[in-house]
Amino acid sequence: MSRKKENSTPSLPTGSEWTFAAIDAYDEAIGRVARDYGLDCYPHVLEIISAEQMMDAYASIGMPVYYHHWSFGKHFLATANRYKRGQMGLAYEIVINSDPCIAYLMDENTLPMQALVIAHAAYGHNSFFKGNHLFKQWTSADAIIDYLVFARHYIAECEERHGVDAVERLLDACHALLNVGVDRYKRAPKQSLEKEKLRLKEREEYMQAQVNDLWRTLPQHRETAELLAEERFPEEPEENLLYFIEKNAPLLEPWQREIVRIVRKIGQYFYPQRQTQVMNEGWACFWHYTLLNTLYDQGGLSDGFMLEFLQSHTNVVYQPPYNSKYYSGINPYALGFAMWQDIRRICETPTEEDREWFPEIAGSDWRETFEFAMQNFKDESFVAQYLSPRLMREFRFFSVLDDDTREKLRVEAIHDDPGYRTLRRQLAQQYDLGSREPDIQVWNVDLRGDRSLTLRHFVHQRRTLHESYDTVLEHVARLWGFTVRLERQNTDGSIDVISENRIDRRLRV
Amino acid sequence: MTVRIVDRRFDSRNKSSVNRSRFLRRFKGQIRKAVAESINRRKVRDLENGEKISIPGGDIAEPQFVYGQGGKRETVHPGNDRFSGGEEVDRPEGGAGGQGRGQASQDGEGLDDFVFNLSREEFLDIFFDELALPNLVKKQLARIEQYRSVRAGYSSSGVPTNINLPRTMRGAAGRRIAIGGPYHKRLRALETELEALLEDRQPGDDAEIERLRREIARLLARIENLPFIDPFDLRYSNRVRIPQPTTQAVMFCLLDVSGSMDEGRKNIAKRFFMLLYLFLTRNYEHIDVVFIRHHTVATEVEEDDFFTSRETGGTVVSSALTLMRDIVRTRYATGAWNIYGAQASDGDNWHNDSPICREILETSLLAACQYFAYIEITDGPPQNLWQEYEKLQGTHPGHFAMQRIADVSDIYPVFRELFRRKDTVAA
Repeated sequence: MSRKKENSTPSLPTGSEWTFAAIDAYDEAIGRVARDYGLDCYPHVLEIISAEQMMDAYASIGMPVYYHHWSFGKHFLATANRYKRGQMGLAYEIVINSDPCIAYLMDENTLPMQALVIAHAAYGHNSFFKGNHLFKQWTSADAIIDYLVFARHYIAECEERHGVDAVERLLDACHALLNVGVDRYKRAPKQSLEKEKLRLKEREEYMQAQVNDLWRTLPQHRETAELLAEERFPEEPEENLLYFIEKNAPLLEPWQREIVRIVRKIGQYFYPQRQTQVMNEGWACFWHYTLLNTLYDQGGLSDGFMLEFLQSHTNVVYQPPYNSKYYSGINPYALGFAMWQDIRRICETPTEEDREWFPEIAGSDWRETFEFAMQNFKDESFVAQYLSPRLMREFRFFSVLDDDTREKLRVEAIHDDPGYRTLRRQLAQQYDLGSREPDIQVWNVDLRGDRSLTLRHFVHQRRTLHESYDTVLEHVARLWGFTVRLERQNTDGSIDVISENRIDRRLRV
Repeated sequence: MTVRIVDRRFDSRNKSSVNRSRFLRRFKGQIRKAVAESINRRKVRDLENGEKISIPGGDIAEPQFVYGQGGKRETVHPGNDRFSGGEEVDRPEGGAGGQGRGQASQDGEGLDDFVFNLSREEFLDIFFDELALPNLVKKQLARIEQYRSVRAGYSSSGVPTNINLPRTMRGAAGRRIAIGGPYHKRLRALETELEALLEDRQPGDDAEIERLRREIARLLARIENLPFIDPFDLRYSNRVRIPQPTTQAVMFCLLDVSGSMDEGRKNIAKRFFMLLYLFLTRNYEHIDVVFIRHHTVATEVEEDDFFTSRETGGTVVSSALTLMRDIVRTRYATGAWNIYGAQASDGDNWHNDSPICREILETSLLAACQYFAYIEITDGPPQNLWQEYEKLQGTHPGHFAMQRIADVSDIYPVFRELFRRKDTVAA
């Protein structure tokens, strides 16, 4: 902030009260600067909402339309409570990955805050949504709102037809499997409301027929065909539990399958967001910082504006140290912002160390490097690729090994020469959703016996499941309709059954 | 290119209210329990507030397959201030610092009680549910206040249908007179001058006559230009909303605190008093509540002592009725106050006393009371007090109600008459 300004009267509206005209003026100015930097964004819409509506949106994971479920009511109550007690401020912004991109502005915010949110959400996040490969591949921005509308109507209709309780139980069960209901590697086909509607009926009938066919296991044939050919089903273990259940659970009604599908689809839609938190937030922070500073240098903003903006910005990107009482893990905003800033620094003014570590980007054009990094990475690979020794020193990172068979913790690596690579690998792994969440797969279905479903947990680093697995298994059993078993495959290859939920008679969900 | 800005502040408020009611519905059992506990804690008059409800966190958890504690894990933390590579350190207390804190907060959330606020409406809804109130009555009781719209003079703003024509026209006439007055006066002066000149016409006056004529024409135009009616003149009939009704009432709570009245029975009695109080708040602006408890002797007490104390020994119900009668005579002279009595007992009474009770009620109290309700909280056979009171029911229909109660849901029939009368009056 040592830069000098030529003219002392800012060209953009000042003061803390926002008006529609002022927001419009800011949006235009920020948009102009963003275009100068070559940011490629979807067109966007700004929506002004009240604090209460912000909490509403929070409760339904930020989506403007969503189906009804008690858990969203619970989140709403919790948020409202904390907000009222002053334990937390509301997020400044919620932005929706759709085309056009929708950014929410809260009416209680001051004008500088609105400008910050516009730069952050409507240009920062927006361009990330448009450019990043995960979002391109997994989400169709033009169809999501339509799909949510469809989902809401469909589920409301089911509630009317089959009762709120039945639908609620089904949704509970689906939500319990949400984190094991995504395809981690396969690519989702594009979806659109039209196609979805058209195929709905067709799919219902077809799937029911398929499923029934699956169970047309005529015992006399089997007996004569000898027992040696032990047929496996599924042929390959399936990582997407919801998908497997949707396609194969024998007792689900067509409408129940459709609801499983809706929950799965929406979960899948949010998967890229969970994989790119550091990158995405960092990117948005970098751009609001850069855009507003550029605007200030051009004489568009007042000093008062900058002070307020910088204060908010600093709060957002603050990283408390491990021994602070505010510490709750690494702040993705802080790490992301620092990394993007650092990449720009490496491009513009590389040091010897940078040339050694990043020969391919040191001294390159920073905008090109940015676009490449933004488009082709996710948190895990982004950290693995671009975390520089300098940044590790700045953050004073250290890695701690916690092994429950040993009495003491061991500091594996710190920010020094021997430690950089370990640290970087370790931090990258920390952002790998695959290693953060237990690996549970559909292992087998006992086709000829009691039709029981076996899930297998592949143990990694001797970590055990949280004890809530029994309840989750109940939910799985409710969906599957027959006995469900959870096995654990230990690192040495041995297998134990850790839980079983027996259902002997046919139970309907 | 200007951006599209949509103002959504005024549409779809409370989008989450559906989700909220789903949540309440789902945990109705726990919420009911919490409400019942809170009613036991509350005062009779304390029904205007919502309630803070706390539900055990485990009950509302949303389970998923996640890692628990233990195993081998390596975590990167920022802010190294003293460690060097390969160092062994003690495990910090409570898992802070070293072991993944993110993990702890993830499942830690489920362990605390989930606390949230029920609104007044939601609270009353559950309260009424328990009492098995008919819907119409529920609606009537939950209503905040009833207003009556009364005329209150005139105002200078309002809707066109409320324009008051006579007032408006009178105002307009007044304005025309007030503003036009000086012109008229001057006009009259000019006219007399002109007449005088014309009568006694001199050559050379022509110019003067011409001037006067022009002046008069100018004044007439001025007067003509005064608007017949001006937006300024408009008067609207004004109406204000007066809270209804505006009278006062006193409610007597008579409670038997002899040894046989246990906690459960007192809780039922409390709800009985609460319901009557709630009814009175809808109908009276100011309500006094008098608490009288009795065993063999009656005393007037504060609410805090009313439900908590428990005496042993016999029961003389008439002592309470006598005290009530005395208080009515000294403090609530009939006429200025609407008097309501609510008596709760387990029906046990000293044998010779019951006829006396009936007599006090019949001769002095019932005449002074708007309504007297008696509940006998018992599941045994009727006692002598009940038999005596039954005689009153025949002679004082509509004023006196009695009910034998085993459960809170039996309370409402005691007041049925009370609410029905209200309904027909309202209808």
